Amino acid sequence: MELIQKYLLSSLMAMLLCFSSYGTNALAGEGPDEVEIDSLAQLYDPVYFDHAMHEEVTESKCSVCHHHTLGTEIENENCMRCHAESGATDEITCQGCHSSKRFDADYLHKIDADNTLYHRDKVGLKAAYHIRCMNCHEEMGVANGCQDCHTRTDAGDKFFHAGSYTPPKSDKPVGGGH
Amino acid sequence: MKAMNRRKFMKGSLLGGAAASVVAKSKSAEASASFGGYPEAMGVLVDLTRCVGCRSCEAACNKEQGLPAPAQAFDDMSVLDHERRTSEGAYTVVNRYEIPGQDHPLFRKIQCNHCNEPACLTSCFVNAYTKTPEGAVIYDPTVCVGCRTCMVACPFYIPAYSYSSVLNPVIKKCIFCYDTRLKFGRPPACVEACPREVLTFGKRQDLIKIGHKRIQNYPDVYEDHIYGENEVGGTSWMYLSNAPFDQVGFDTDLGNQPILSYVKEFLTVVPMVLTIWPALFAGFHLLATRKDAKNKEEKTEI
Ligand code: SF4
Ligand code: SF4
Ligand code: SF4
Repeated sequence: MELIQKYLLSSLMAMLLCFSSYGTNALAGEGPDEVEIDSLAQLYDPVYFDHAMHEEVTESKCSVCHHHTLGTEIENENCMRCHAESGATDEITCQGCHSSKRFDADYLHKIDADNTLYHRDKVGLKAAYHIRCMNCHEEMGVANGCQDCHTRTDAGDKFFHAGSYTPPKSDKPVGGGH
Repeated sequence: MKAMNRRKFMKGSLLGGAAASVVAKSKSAEASASFGGYPEAMGVLVDLTRCVGCRSCEAACNKEQGLPAPAQAFDDMSVLDHERRTSEGAYTVVNRYEIPGQDHPLFRKIQCNHCNEPACLTSCFVNAYTKTPEGAVIYDPTVCVGCRTCMVACPFYIPAYSYSSVLNPVIKKCIFCYDTRLKFGRPPACVEACPREVLTFGKRQDLIKIGHKRIQNYPDVYEDHIYGENEVGGTSWMYLSNAPFDQVGFDTDLGNQPILSYVKEFLTVVPMVLTIWPALFAGFHLLATRKDAKNKEEKTEI
């Protein structure tokens, strides 16, 4: 009962806070069904990540995405060197480790100041998603273009000079310049 | 092709001149050889293994720098069919390279590499360029006279000439988002936009460590070299690649000496030059006007 409650609450939180914490020591099948990812909010509509479907695809090998944090068998030999016996961690969410402010001065200073830190070259949250998702999608031969996952907003069209902001066709050479 | 020959020629002759001066006063040259860039300089490590050629960085640069609308949309991948250079309307461009023996192309974003000892800076005779302690090579368009010497001097063919402005033709190039971001400790717009962190922003010295660590962790993936760690005296923007660098459009013949090696001595006098510049300028102006006046006198005499 407690577990179901925890689960329901956690899905809700995950929906609202995107990849926010939904409890610790989660097991395969305990994850949220759907997760909203909205860090690119201005340029793209939120992406609904079908967590349940991906559990199926990965045959519940959580470490395919979650590294060693769930205590399941680790895939990467390089990680294994230290984390073979790590067990489940308190923090299992993406953003728990991958900062959404990867290049903020504060974050860079923090890394600088901590000379005991091993993971100094840890990608930020946005890259963690994109590298993980896209590399796998490429391997699996499934849709992998920007707009296969992201619906662009009007602001996004403007940013890319695309959609209704597409420049009129001209004979000018591509890229211009000298 | 013509421009390249001109540049190569110039590089050759300038280096020749510099070499002669080094021989003449090798002691001071040796002493200054350790410049190697400002210690706190920031940089960007570009990891080609991660780039998918989405051009978000180009779009971000266009917006941040208030550049004119592109000829084609930034999501139009047909522009990748031709190799492009930076231009007055695009301070950064992504090019695609087919690599023999690899089933995937590689993409390379180019922009100003923000050299430790910039040839554009040394070659500029009105001193329009500055290398800031944060690592950016910026320029003052109000000082630039549009002579295009820096275009020829730059080993990476970066500065572009703004033909569109007839009245005030100046040089245009990537400024590491200095005015709007770097100065305030914020990452450049292109770095922030990249979905795959192809662009890692940080202290140049840390980035070199990070780069070597990536190579060490994945020796089968990476070429054992960071392009820009030492090339032309080191650059703030550096590259990692999983294909030989010459196959991804890099000039691997540049060597590790700054293009104009006397820049080392020059950079140390920059602050002085900056302080005496107004006086110098006033002097030049005076000279010029006096000459004018003299000419007039001469004319009236005749
Ligand atoms: S935004 Fe990043 S992934 Fe996209 S083209 Fe630029 S460097 Fe490559
Ligand atoms: S890359 Fe070219 S324009 Fe940029 S700092 Fe170096 S010499 Fe100057
Ligand atoms: S650093 Fe700024 S100016 Fe340079 S390419 Fe990136 S966005 Fe453009």
